[in-house]
Amino acid sequence: MSADTRTAEAAEAAGAVEAAEFVSVTGWGRTAPTTARLLRPRTPGEVAAAVRGWGARGGIARGLGRAYGDAAQNAGGSVLDMTALGRIRTIDAEAGLVVCDAGVSLHRLMEVLLPLGWFVPVTPGTRYVTVGGAIGADIHGKNHHAHGSFSRHVRSLELLTADGEILHVVPGTDLFDATAGGMGLTGVILSATVRLHPVETSLMSVDTERATDLDDLMARLSATDHRYRYSVAWIDLLARGRALGRAVLTRAEHAPLDALPPRARRSRRTPLDFRPGQLPAAPGFVPEGLLGRTTVGLFNELWYRRAPRSRTGELQRISTYFHPLDGVPHWNRIYGRGGFVQYQFVVGYGHEEVLRRIVRRISRRGCPSFLAVLKRFGESDPGWLSFPMPGWTLALDIPAGLPGLAAFLDELDEEVASAGGRVCLAKDSRLRPELLAAMYPRLSEFRSLRAGLDPRGVFTSDLSRRLAL
Amino acid sequence: MKDAFGTPQSLLVLGGTSEIGLATARRLIARRARTVWLAGRPSRALENAAAELRTLGADVHTVAFDALDPTAHEQVLGKIFAEGDIDMVLLAFGVLGDQANDEAEPLAAVRVAQTNYTGAVSASLVCAGALQAQGHGSIVVLSSVAGERARRANFIYGSSKAGLDAFAQGLGDALHGTGVHVMVVRPGFVRTKMTAGLAEAPLATTPEAVATAIEQGLRRRSETVWVPGALRFVMSALRHVPRPVFRRLPD
Repeated sequence: MSADTRTAEAAEAAGAVEAAEFVSVTGWGRTAPTTARLLRPRTPGEVAAAVRGWGARGGIARGLGRAYGDAAQNAGGSVLDMTALGRIRTIDAEAGLVVCDAGVSLHRLMEVLLPLGWFVPVTPGTRYVTVGGAIGADIHGKNHHAHGSFSRHVRSLELLTADGEILHVVPGTDLFDATAGGMGLTGVILSATVRLHPVETSLMSVDTERATDLDDLMARLSATDHRYRYSVAWIDLLARGRALGRAVLTRAEHAPLDALPPRARRSRRTPLDFRPGQLPAAPGFVPEGLLGRTTVGLFNELWYRRAPRSRTGELQRISTYFHPLDGVPHWNRIYGRGGFVQYQFVVGYGHEEVLRRIVRRISRRGCPSFLAVLKRFGESDPGWLSFPMPGWTLALDIPAGLPGLAAFLDELDEEVASAGGRVCLAKDSRLRPELLAAMYPRLSEFRSLRAGLDPRGVFTSDLSRRLAL
Repeated sequence: MKDAFGTPQSLLVLGGTSEIGLATARRLIARRARTVWLAGRPSRALENAAAELRTLGADVHTVAFDALDPTAHEQVLGKIFAEGDIDMVLLAFGVLGDQANDEAEPLAAVRVAQTNYTGAVSASLVCAGALQAQGHGSIVVLSSVAGERARRANFIYGSSKAGLDAFAQGLGDALHGTGVHVMVVRPGFVRTKMTAGLAEAPLATTPEAVATAIEQGLRRRSETVWVPGALRFVMSALRHVPRPVFRRLPD
């Protein structure tokens, strides 16, 4: 396989609609490509027809392909590109509710909702995820400690199940809890009703501070996280010795109208404007190993030094605070042809020693990871396979070609699992299946619900095959 | 399914008693492989090999497979794929033959060619079709440096590997873009029972080293792997040595 294999992206660009072509599909990390028939339904009726028509190898819904691993690929079967189901159906601007198709992106929702004074309840580090994907992966954001994951804000959803029925699913039911974070394996989410958050402006009021080492960072986060709606720390995993775990914390609130300087209030731009900027795309070919210890170490040094020691109330755009990488289309190409893996785990409060040990090990090993992120999760979410649980979560990107990485991450998994923690399925591409049940105690309930709902395995993905979900 | 590092969870070894095949299986079981099919002629050695791999924690099946009976390949291999996905097929069967004897006995030479080339053509085409239907998988073909340029001392074996090598490269091109990856592995002199008693060539290697190179090649999705890697450069030089000189090089 080489780089010129047609990708799902390319097929999309070429407008391959009904033509059910076999194309190579990968996740955002660009590892482990497999081929599948890519279908692009435009209506719920076409989704139902596609599900009825796919063969023994089943199918899976796919949004904008931001899951890092193999959750939205299905070797030899079908993949439903849901982005053509992109209608926002109704907006209740009084109550702050939106009803939309599953293929609508959070980017689109922001474009439409911000001028009306509403914001999405949860956003991950990218706006380019669909509502269906957000529920299927039960995404979390920088406000998890305060507001939980995405599905916590879902009032109801429509789900097309294996027998072709469309069910109205509401929170508090087994089917809802299996679907939220269920990685698309209970059916195809067609639409959802989502509760929104009111905002006065489209700007963020950001407090920045530096932490000199991991203990300092954890102390600061523990002591003051509850005062912020959004909180996250960028952590330098290449720093060693006394600087081990040094970090830059950025915590934020939606800026209220009176926080804007008078000049901004008078300007022609309204306070609720949403105009994210965009840089040129990352080039198609990047030599392997460009992101080594030296380059990433240099980047980390600059990133840390450039952050203010302490600054409060800085006004930033939503895209700057939440989605810095969205400004560079195809940024995932910077890791070259070999792609990268994202490792994200959580360990519960009380297991800080495990977190420290893992950070030490990553630092000692010199994993060239930039933009590693540490944050605190709040309450667990109802989804049976939802990732967040109360505790510390660390996420880092690592080039897949790093020698010995596979075995190294297996060892970290063992530490995480033995502390009662888990890794995130939307980001996984390499977990040992044997560890899954320890990490997700409700796995057997998920499996038995699926066995009843979809005995023939109509909904199947590479992830579900790999981990026997 | 293979993971992000190309490590397979299920493995089919054609030539189930091959030392390189078993070293590779051991290595992959230590990583992710849980299901292993050992295909070969029914024998105590095949059962022993399976028993040994089971002790490492894998679910191991044996299946009767004869490279010299291509008419049965479709049926024998089809049954394996019907049981579930195979992430990687390792084509590890082959015979060295006895050059001096085989030159005198054309039928013995033909057997070498049929095992190493014809049998491999049929088996790998059957597997390729099944992998293509799966939409993923790797075919790893054990070629040899002997196939890179035939030498006086073992040109019967060498020519059969040359044919296999060319075939596998073409198959890789044919399958490009289908999700199926073909990797040609060209080891030099490997210390195994096949080469026992032969004079060791320079850059001799071991089945374990070949297994390591295969695992690395899977991760990189390589199309060609030399073991040891230095052979790539040695052979690219040897390829261009004029015939009269090449003929006189020591064996």
